Amino acid sequence: MWQIFHKLGSPKWFFGIASTLMPWLLVAGAALLMTGIVWGLVFAPQDYLQGNSYRIIFIHVPSAFLAQSVYIMMAVAALVTLVWRMKLADVFVTAVAPVGAVLTFLALFTGAVWGKPTWGTWWIWDARLTSMLILLFLYFGVMALGAAISDEKSSARAVAVLVLVGVVNIPIIKYSVEWWNTLHQPATFKLTEKPSMPAEMWVPLLLSVLGLYLIFGWLACLRMQTHILAREGRTRWVKELVQARGN
Amino acid sequence: MAFDSFSAFLAMGGHGPYVWACYAMFFLLMGVVIWWSLRQRRVVIAQQQRRAAPMPSADERPTASFTRIESSQD
Repeated sequence: MWQIFHKLGSPKWFFGIASTLMPWLLVAGAALLMTGIVWGLVFAPQDYLQGNSYRIIFIHVPSAFLAQSVYIMMAVAALVTLVWRMKLADVFVTAVAPVGAVLTFLALFTGAVWGKPTWGTWWIWDARLTSMLILLFLYFGVMALGAAISDEKSSARAVAVLVLVGVVNIPIIKYSVEWWNTLHQPATFKLTEKPSMPAEMWVPLLLSVLGLYLIFGWLACLRMQTHILAREGRTRWVKELVQARGN
Repeated sequence: MAFDSFSAFLAMGGHGPYVWACYAMFFLLMGVVIWWSLRQRRVVIAQQQRRAAPMPSADERPTASFTRIESSQD
């Protein structure tokens, strides 16, 4: 058991696994995302209340969903960093924080543009929108803190603490539409109930969520590999690998 | 097919600008993140290659030189 755990934490081992997985993640992710988007844009029926503006959902929900999942994954990695001092966990946190920030921004942007024709306003300071904005600032904070401390170990620990403190925000985002009055509609997918929309709408939405998930997986592998190459430059396997890439 | 014609598809029942602005921003930013990540990787590999390259011998080396200080921004 512990051997597997140590192997999992080894940057060299991860580098190899990531290289094998990446082409599959990219191809499957792009295919699913494009299927979901084309289906949603062209073939899904119009919404009886919102007309065609609702078609923004096919990128809004995936972005918002990923923005929160990425933060939860970062929090798990941060815990692993603090408890087991695993290098790879910190590599994950620093590598994916900018991706999380972009996804959060996309969720906010598409939400604002969707809000204009639907609610009549770009922005309201309600719980859902404000807590998402806080999530964006948390991502910025993680990036800034990581860049500000040059010592690898103290940087990893400080970032991990910040990520874990910020995780309080996640349940607030999740339940904000139930705890407070808001213009925002409730969650589309729930584990316990059937979606409140017809299958011609939720199937493409599910496809685009899965597709963006896989593309995030590809991006995470790519960015983690880059961080590993930069950090492990002194080890022999990185030197050999870099040389093998042609001079 | 939810639309009768291509122009109806572009107009999105009057919501065209909103819908297309969202999709444009989505593909633009995802594209930028992917491009930037690929570029970062190339830069790091080039950096490590330079570091791993053997030092030139004494007579090939210029007599005066600048010292390159590499610092990682990550």
